Amino acid sequence: MTFALEIEGLEKSYGDGFRALKGIDLKVREGDFFALLGPNGAGKSTTLGIVSSLVNKSGGKVRVFGHDIDTDLSGAKLNLGVVPQEFNFNQFEKVIDIVTTQAGYYGIPLKQARVSAEKYLRKLGLWDKRDTPSRMLSGGMKRRLMIARALVHEPRLLILDEPTAGVDIELRRSMWQFLEEMSRQGTTIILTTHYLEEAEALCRNIAIIDHGEIIRHTSKRELLQQLNVETFVLDTEQLMDSAPELDGFRSSLNEDGALEVDVEKGQSLNSLFVELERQGIKVVSMRTKANRLEELFVRMVEDNARAAENGSGVKA
Amino acid sequence: MTIQALWIAFQTIVLREIRRFTRIWPQTLLPPAVTMTLYFIIFGNLIGSRIGDMGGYDYMQFIVPGLIMMAVITNSYANVVSSFFSMKFQRSIEELLVSPVPNWTILAGYVAGGMARGLSIGLIVTLLSLAFTQLSIHNLPMVVITVFLTSALFSLGGFINAMLATKFDDISIVPTFVLTPLTYLGGVFYSIDLLPAFWQGASMINPILYMVNGFRYGILGVSDVNPFISLGMIVVFIVLLAAVALRMLARGKGIRH
Repeated sequence: MTFALEIEGLEKSYGDGFRALKGIDLKVREGDFFALLGPNGAGKSTTLGIVSSLVNKSGGKVRVFGHDIDTDLSGAKLNLGVVPQEFNFNQFEKVIDIVTTQAGYYGIPLKQARVSAEKYLRKLGLWDKRDTPSRMLSGGMKRRLMIARALVHEPRLLILDEPTAGVDIELRRSMWQFLEEMSRQGTTIILTTHYLEEAEALCRNIAIIDHGEIIRHTSKRELLQQLNVETFVLDTEQLMDSAPELDGFRSSLNEDGALEVDVEKGQSLNSLFVELERQGIKVVSMRTKANRLEELFVRMVEDNARAAENGSGVKA
Repeated sequence: MTIQALWIAFQTIVLREIRRFTRIWPQTLLPPAVTMTLYFIIFGNLIGSRIGDMGGYDYMQFIVPGLIMMAVITNSYANVVSSFFSMKFQRSIEELLVSPVPNWTILAGYVAGGMARGLSIGLIVTLLSLAFTQLSIHNLPMVVITVFLTSALFSLGGFINAMLATKFDDISIVPTFVLTPLTYLGGVFYSIDLLPAFWQGASMINPILYMVNGFRYGILGVSDVNPFISLGMIVVFIVLLAAVALRMLARGKGIRH
């Protein structure tokens, strides 16, 4: 089996003694669409920063398609495209120059670079802006420019750190479609995101990192199977002052005054409605709260925090 | 990377640098041309005509090599320090760091970019000087070698300054408080023979004195110091600064966490 990325015992410590990464292990198969999730400061960007040579590691091994970054950094980098979280291009350069210059850094002749740049700028809807200085682009266009720049040398592994942060919903959906197309064409994709809906929609495998440790590393399907509670939001005909006592169900009122009910795996929605009927509560509409992965993620991070307080970390 | 790929990467960095300083030519190419023209008019024509000969040449002829060298030094340095620090500041340096370009190619590309600006301005100043005086070149290889090596040396200096800088103030401190005084005291406007013995000795520890005199020897055939010692010193400094710059790049000083 070929791995696009292999991380073994990766450590990162800073001069003040802070350990950002505590010996993490991670494997991403070729062709995978992989999500690295975690709260702010968990170590996601540090991990990806080390893989892309923007951060010096303190220990451990990293291999990109078998190329060890300690012994064959050039080979690793040739296979890697990186879309960072922050805009990091020259604000005064034109869009086309930014993309073709990046190709030049990979040793691609200018003529070929222009062909490749046109291909990705067209796909990402930026071809009409090719002669525009990058500072004149909108936030969404700047994000797409960074994706085009990362792809211009046709990497086998694409790393995206919060690629849709600050992007409107319509554009986010179009970027998802683009990434799904890249994935179908065989590019291995690793992304970090705060939009867990994004990870749930796109990714096949997921790792959750917290306090510099991987607390889960599994397939999305397996992860979601662990979710045994789903929360439903019910809009009722009458406004309620407090959550009703529902036999067999945990309920609460949310900020908008809507009723939220937790339904455990195995419990029937019919019995919920029977209980609501018994108490004379009429439901006008009903929807699930947030996405399932988000609920699971929040629980895992909370469990890990509790375990850390008790002196035992949760390991996958 | 193959040799061909490395060559393309090197060219990409150099062309990017050239594109940058030509795009902002009113900030990069025009000011030294104006400043040097004022030097030629004020020091060469107005004051110089009353000074008389220096080193066997009229004052205008004497100061032209020094002024050309001053323009080359300051602009080679300024190009690299401002370009590389801007890349650090905007984080666009990460474009290079994630790419497979080796450190020595990055350094060579920036130095060549600094040399492209320094030598372009050297050429502009030389052409301007022809409007004020006649230049006959005594030793062309000496002129070419000295100006190329000096430009490379100060490009390296600018690179190290940019690596160490953490704010914009840091990139103006060295040019203002080190380069400018050393250049003015480096025999651009006078022969050190005019100085008292103590200050002659003190001038000998100023590295810019050797570069100005090496270049002046190439053009006029006169120098306060042995021109071959000048060349030797420039080469030694280049090797030292290149080693320091490469070490900083390898450790990621100021550019990697």
